[in-house]
Order: sequence, then structure tokens, then C-alpha cells
Amino acid sequence: MAFLEIRNIQKSFGAAQVVRDFNLDVESGEFVSFLGPSGCGKTTVLRIVAGFEEPSSGSITIGGHEVTRLKPNQRDIGMVFQAYALFPNMTVAQNIAFGLKVARASQAEIGERVRAMLALIKLPELGDRYPYQLSGGQQQRVALARALAPRPKLLLLDEPLSALDAKVRVALRQEIRAIQKELGITTIFVTHDQEEALSISDRIVVMYGGKAEQVGTPFEVYNRPATRFVANFVGTLNVLEGTVTDAAGGIVEVQAEKVALKGKLNGARTGDRLSLALRPEAIALGRRPGYDSSLKGRIAEVHFLGSVIRVRVELGETVVSLDTFNSPSSPPPAVGDTAEISFSSADVSILQ
Amino acid sequence: MKRNSLWSWIVLVLAVLYFALPLIGTFEFSLKMRRGVYSLDAYRVVLSDPRFQSTFLYSVTMALCTIVLGIVIVVPTAYWVRLKLPRWRPIIEFITLLPLVIPPIVVVFGYIRLYNTSSWLPLTGSAWGTNVLLAFGYATLALPYMYRAVDTGLRAIDVATLTEAAQSLGASWFTIMGRVILPNVSVAVMSGAFLTFAIVIGEFVMAALLSRPAFGPYMQLLGANRAYEPAALAVIAFAITWLCMGLIQLVSRFSKASPARI
Repeated sequence: MAFLEIRNIQKSFGAAQVVRDFNLDVESGEFVSFLGPSGCGKTTVLRIVAGFEEPSSGSITIGGHEVTRLKPNQRDIGMVFQAYALFPNMTVAQNIAFGLKVARASQAEIGERVRAMLALIKLPELGDRYPYQLSGGQQQRVALARALAPRPKLLLLDEPLSALDAKVRVALRQEIRAIQKELGITTIFVTHDQEEALSISDRIVVMYGGKAEQVGTPFEVYNRPATRFVANFVGTLNVLEGTVTDAAGGIVEVQAEKVALKGKLNGARTGDRLSLALRPEAIALGRRPGYDSSLKGRIAEVHFLGSVIRVRVELGETVVSLDTFNSPSSPPPAVGDTAEISFSSADVSILQ
Repeated sequence: MKRNSLWSWIVLVLAVLYFALPLIGTFEFSLKMRRGVYSLDAYRVVLSDPRFQSTFLYSVTMALCTIVLGIVIVVPTAYWVRLKLPRWRPIIEFITLLPLVIPPIVVVFGYIRLYNTSSWLPLTGSAWGTNVLLAFGYATLALPYMYRAVDTGLRAIDVATLTEAAQSLGASWFTIMGRVILPNVSVAVMSGAFLTFAIVIGEFVMAALLSRPAFGPYMQLLGANRAYEPAALAVIAFAITWLCMGLIQLVSRFSKASPARI
């Protein structure tokens, strides 16, 4: 039995169904991210877990106890919001102590816990400051400490880094992950930023249209996208259209070239059309040893990005992007040149 | 540009004269009780009058009760409307404006008809009951000001997220209201409270028709029977109102440095 079980959750606002048959098991101590574009239902699912929204149907179980109909203040969860939501009338220490006071902890315990939390977020000297005297990053760390202080069973993070600037985001996401690992607390993190989700999660739930499109480790989601949406949303992806010419042999024809994809056709039959997905870093310019497939085209664009050169190659009506490392001894290819690209059929994903 | 500026000054001077002259005249008249010289005799007479003290004390007590009643009614209502019933806001705002449209004399006659000694709730049958009725009447009169002040205060904070943050930390509605919402709108509540105080201190119609010993009817009584004292009393009443306005300004300025407003 998983620590958090989300079963068959449906949620409608009026006629609009925003969550459709959502299921997820989260193990104790796991860090799971909900990733998806705006309006995909990720925040709604999080709010249902928190108790701020009631599902139209389905159930939520935390630690073996069904909490579907419990109020938010009865669920033993900690939550961090995008807008920090620190209480403006209280100091940092009072904010952190709030949950403990509500739980009627002793003064000694509150003092000790507040000191421990301030040390955990590396702001031990800021206990007497008010929220308005802190930077955005500091406020969000305090919000995290406040959520963790009452020792919740489950930590929910609703786009906690969205309001911060790029450098602080990177630093804080690593800090959040480090704290989560240190405390071993089960965590759900909502974000629309794929890099954020890929860098800190044990597993990612990619959501679209109120449904979980794919649940997997960052490696799986990035390298083996299950659907066209996941492939397009997570990272840059080249999609090549092909036709199965020999289903038994796993041969697909792409741009009049044969690509061998044995064992990957998912039951496709001869004559079926397929979409083949390849990441830019899986394609090489020219023939590379070990790459078993190649296609011919023309250089359409060359973007020098410093250490990396992104080249766009026209293959008939399709344009694919590929990345090559910059080398001072070899100049980048010229636009208009004919080019051959190669890739390993093992790196190809078939999109559903 | 200069021409515009000149006209602005002319309009300003005219406005100041229009508003200030009667007040200056009243003040000057209030100092003339002793023949031939300016003195504060009228003020001394008024302030030493036991009826002044008792009516003023009564009105201050009623004002404080009205403020408490107003806070208890308005803060949770405005909070709930902002949090859960935003579509009801225009309706609630319209209701809170009704006391400005319906004259107090109509309201108080309604009260007397509804709560007289032969009604199902004979509040006018006792002094205590009439005081309660008067406090409710005052709270109604102050409703437009109190509601707007509190609503403006609530607009300055993210009510929904603060509420959810407190809920996720285990807080009950009572705790959320007492420890999170009210302290963060305290400046707005104080503004509403000072306005309520100013309204109650000078109110005449309700107190007179309900026959309560309030400051408004005392001012009217004195005005009908004396020459210089009413002028002194008018100046005192103005001073109290201005003091309330000054306190609102002071509190608002304090609020700019307050963590709750940032």
C-alpha cells in the first residue's frame, strides 16, 4: 500500500471537467512533481489532496487513512504557496511557530522547533524580521520552514519558485530537494517548468487536459515519452513521420530511407503511419560510428549558442534540430549545404 | 498653465472661506460670553454641566458598543464575501449603502413599530432594551463607512491564500479570523471605528426619538435655550470629529510603516 493513494479523482467546475480519472500512488519519502501547462489540472489535483477543493468523485488516502472528506486543517499536511502567503503581521519566528501554537505545543517545544527550522533554512539570524523585510527567496524559505515545523505527513508545494528570479530559483530548488531528502518527507511539487521537474524529482507526472499523460522517472519521461504531448512538452523533440513497410522486420520508411525499429512498433502493421521521436542530442551531423540509421537533407539554419551549435536540417517537408558541440578547429556547417544526419534506432521513440 | 493655477487658487480660497467662515464665526461668538472681552466662559459652563458629562459619557459608551457590534457584524461578513461569495459583493455593497438612502427617522419609526411594548420583542419596554436597539440603529448608520473601510483593508491582503495557508497549518475558522485576518485589517478596522465614533457622538434623530440621554439631543436642548453655550458645544463637537479624522490619518500613516500593509 502506497503512502499517498489518489484514486479515480474527477473534478468539474460547472460544465468544465478539469480533472479526469486521475490515479497516482506515491511512496513514503518520494518526491513527485506534477508537470504540465497552465490549465492542465495539476494545481487542482494538489488542492484536492490538500482539501481546498472537494473532488466530484474519487478518494484520497494518506498513510492508510482516507481523508477525502476531511477539512484541510484535519489532514496533517504542510503547504507552500506560489505567493509565499506568510502572515504579514507576524515575524519570521512567529510565522514558523503558527502551526505549533495551533497544535498547542509547549513554549519550550515551540522555541526549540523554531530554532531548528531557522537553522534548516539557513536563516538563523532572521527570526525577528517581518516578511516585508525579506527577499522573495528568503520569504519562500520561511514559508517552507513554516510548513515543515508541525511535522506534517505530506508536503505540498504549489509552484513555489515561480515568483522568483532565475538564479534564486535554481539555488532554492536544490535547497528544497536537500531539505526534503534530509527530512525524508513525502512531497508533491507542482510546476510548469520542465527543467525544475526534471532536476529535482524522483518521479514526474506529466499532465494534460486533466489527465496524467505519463508517470515516470525524469529519465523515462525525457527519453521515453509515452505520448506526443509529453514528447513535445518535455524538452525539444524532432518528430519524423514514417510508414511501416515490414512489420515483422520492424522496418519503417522515413523520407525514402529505411529505419530498423525491431521490437518498438507496438503492434503496428505494415502500411501503418507512425510518428518517430528523436531528441536533438540523439542526432549527429554526418555518419557516426554505432549509429545505424541515416537520412539526407539540407542545412536550413545554424545557431551558434557558444558551447553548443544548434543546426536545423530540412528533410523534405520536415525540419529536424540537432545539437553538436562547438569545436574551435572545425567551423560550423554552412546554410544551404547538403548534409547527412545519423542516429541510433535505439534512441527512437514511437509516439502514440 | 499659470492661468489655470490662478483659478485653482481662487477656487481654493473661496472654498476655504465657505467652509471656514461659519466655523470661525461660531468660535468667535462662543468666546463672547463675557461682555467686552474674549473668554472661555461658555466652555467652562458647558464642561462643568453635569448633563454634558452624563450625555457625553453615554454617547461614548454607545459609540464603543456600536464599534464592537460593527466589527462583529462587518469583519466576518466582508471576509466571507471576499473569500467565498465574490459574486455577491455588488449586492452586499448595495445593502450596506441603504442607510445612506433611507433617512434615520424612517429607520427609527420602523424600530418603534417593530419593537414596541406590544410587539413580540418589546425592546423599547426597558432602558436596557432601548439601548440595545439604539446600538443596532447606530451600527446600521455606520455600516456604509465600516464596511468600506474593512473591505478596503481586505483588498490589500491576499485573503484566500492567507486563509489556505492557515488552514493547512491546522487553524480553525476562529483562529484564522482572530490571529490572521483581524490583525491584518486592524488599521482599516480602526479607520471604520473612528468614523463610527464621530457619527455616534453627533447623532440626534435616533437618540431623540428613542428618548435616550445622548449627546446629540443634549446639544439640541442647549441650542434651544442658551445663547453662547451652543456655540461652544458646536466647537467641541467639531473638535471631537476632527480628532477622529486626525486619528484616522495618524493610523493610516502608521500603516505605511506597518508590516501588515506591505
